[in-house]
Amino acid sequence: MEFRIPLGDWAEEAVAWITATLGGLFDVIRAIAAGIYDAVDVVLASPPFWVIIIIAVVLAFIARGWVFALGSAIGLLVIVGVDQWDNAMDTLALVLVASAIAILISIPLGILAARSDTASKIIKPILDFLQTMPAFVYLIPALILFRVGVVPGIVATIIFAMAPGVRLTELGIRGVDREVVEAGQAFGATPGRILRQIQLPLAMPSIMAGVNQVIMLSLSMVVIAGMVGAGGLGGEVVAALNRIDVGLGFEAGLSVVIIAIFLDRLSASLGGRKRRVRAASPSRASDDADSAADKAAASIVKTPH
Amino acid sequence: MSALPDPTGARGENVSGIDETRTVAVRAQNVYKVFGRKPKEAVRRLQAGESREQVASLGTAAVIDASFDVHQGEIFVVMGLSGSGKSTLIRMLNGLWDSTAGSVSVFGTEIVGISDAELREVRRTNVSMVFQHFALLPHRTVLDNAAYALEIQGVGAAERRERAQRIVERVGLKGWEDKLPGELSGGMQQRVGLARALAADTDILLMDEAFSALDPLIRREMQEQLIELQQELGKTIIFITHDLNEAMFLGDRIAVMRDGRIVQVGTPDDILTDPANDYVAQFVQDVDRARVLTASGVMEPVRSVVQVSAGPRGALRVMRDLQTSAVFVVGHGRKLVGVAFDRDVLQQVRSGENDLMKVVRNDPATVTADQHLSELFEYSADSSLPIAVVDDNARLIGVVPRVTLLAALANQPSNTSELPVVEPPVTVPVDLITQTLRDTGGPTDDELAASEGSK
Repeated sequence: MEFRIPLGDWAEEAVAWITATLGGLFDVIRAIAAGIYDAVDVVLASPPFWVIIIIAVVLAFIARGWVFALGSAIGLLVIVGVDQWDNAMDTLALVLVASAIAILISIPLGILAARSDTASKIIKPILDFLQTMPAFVYLIPALILFRVGVVPGIVATIIFAMAPGVRLTELGIRGVDREVVEAGQAFGATPGRILRQIQLPLAMPSIMAGVNQVIMLSLSMVVIAGMVGAGGLGGEVVAALNRIDVGLGFEAGLSVVIIAIFLDRLSASLGGRKRRVRAASPSRASDDADSAADKAAASIVKTPH
Repeated sequence: MSALPDPTGARGENVSGIDETRTVAVRAQNVYKVFGRKPKEAVRRLQAGESREQVASLGTAAVIDASFDVHQGEIFVVMGLSGSGKSTLIRMLNGLWDSTAGSVSVFGTEIVGISDAELREVRRTNVSMVFQHFALLPHRTVLDNAAYALEIQGVGAAERRERAQRIVERVGLKGWEDKLPGELSGGMQQRVGLARALAADTDILLMDEAFSALDPLIRREMQEQLIELQQELGKTIIFITHDLNEAMFLGDRIAVMRDGRIVQVGTPDDILTDPANDYVAQFVQDVDRARVLTASGVMEPVRSVVQVSAGPRGALRVMRDLQTSAVFVVGHGRKLVGVAFDRDVLQQVRSGENDLMKVVRNDPATVTADQHLSELFEYSADSSLPIAVVDDNARLIGVVPRVTLLAALANQPSNTSELPVVEPPVTVPVDLITQTLRDTGGPTDDELAASEGSK
């Protein structure tokens, strides 16, 4: 019992050191993240609910047709009906901001990992770590660095949701038919051009599957974000838990589910539209990439908590 | 160029009949490619004489000591089974893969060890490539795919579309310009691949198993079109295949690869008639010889031939001496005039006629030197006469008797036997001919006949 690795002490010291030396930086990050969140939240929360619903229904119709549009309308009206609209918009703003930042980080990282085996070898274990470490654990340093509020929720969400974006981008690019990439090289195209004109377009279904997963994982974090004061539906769920309020818990939880389904179908159809164009091509590359992406998506999707 | 030492260790290079003064488009000298942990060490040991198996622990030797020249305007085929290193080899010719050791030059420019930017420049201006699985961009139309190389070369949008359009039409895809590759059949997709490479307007075309993924009928069609295009555009083509018939059909010269080494370089005829080792011999035994061997490769010297000026008596004597019933008649400069038969000539001699032309039939089957044996069967079936082989100026340069044709297909030497092949067999008894010549001829003829008869 004498021997003990003081790993926890080291982590504590590291966070303390970061807080002491980089505190100013984190204040800036906090201010920026909060600013973006507020801006998005204002856009979503200040118009009357029916404006937002009409926009959502139109998007749904464009993306998948009238069945999805009708379903979205009903679902969103249910949220209004259980008086969770404002909370839902707060949550939506958090999810959109966190997903956007996560995607902006994860796609370039995925490209890097696809192009360099060394980068891939470094990134992979870090992603494993980030994805499997219980999300509550990020909240502790996030709370210290960013204090209570919406920002630690956003940061924890980004870290947690980023992994499938990186993985599926890497997988998609690596899955592009080797011969097609060689064709680009053989005609003298630069690596940047090959990336833009061959690898990214052909990897797009996989990348879009990654985007979809990032959004879904972000949504799965809203309750945890609610625990650190991010408010929204997550805050309601936490409140319901504290008061053992079954009714409130169910209403808030159902609202999360409705938003989740809406975002999932909408973002999946972004990738799907591209896929339909390419479905005309029986080339091995796209088939492999598609099925690989589907398989990977199936294995990466896990419903935490 | 010809002053340089011949870099080919492989046999057959010097008997290939290629004019050594022609520009060398691609030259590979002692090229090695080893994949694995210690490629350099593996090359050193291979150079010291160790076998591929002995260095297997250091890495996989895909290409070992490959040396050859490809001349401008020829179709050079690299043939071997899968795993023989041919795809690796072709990818080193445009630097897609670095060679572990050795030198590759394109029109005299060394491409091993040059910077990526220089390499891209070589690819843009000198070497384009056609791929086994077409490697088209699935999200771009046929026309945009064909224009891809031009786009990379920096050609303006209007010009590149126009140039691509011309090539797309040339390969027979007019009307399909706006389709996506996925809407095309395999053969058509490969035409797009070919159009893309041709539009690049480079001198050298690398074709990696370009027709292997196509069904046989389409493949034949593409092979014929490729030869047509090559003759029209004069490209230097390096063609990789595992199909010997394809290699023989397309290749001006063929390099046969086995286990990473080039075991023989030579013309299809060389490879077929003079295989370097048992492996090549075994490989070629199943080849469709009729599609590979040419008339000039099997033809025999003409024995039964006379000048028009020799007259009926001369013709009759030749036929009698060779014991045949027909003789080829040539005019000035050995130009083939026709063929005369013994009965007709005998008649002439009897009646004292002196103009051989009157009995010459001018319809013997003639072929050119480079026609394949497969095209000779029809003639051979039609007439018992040997098929006359003529050059571009209609001069008689050889004959292909039926026996020779059959022997060539059976891979049996026919022209090494002691007895010359003479067809068709005699129909008039020799004694009768001699008698006739004696009866009708003057003293000079008698003396000649007597001296020939006593030989």
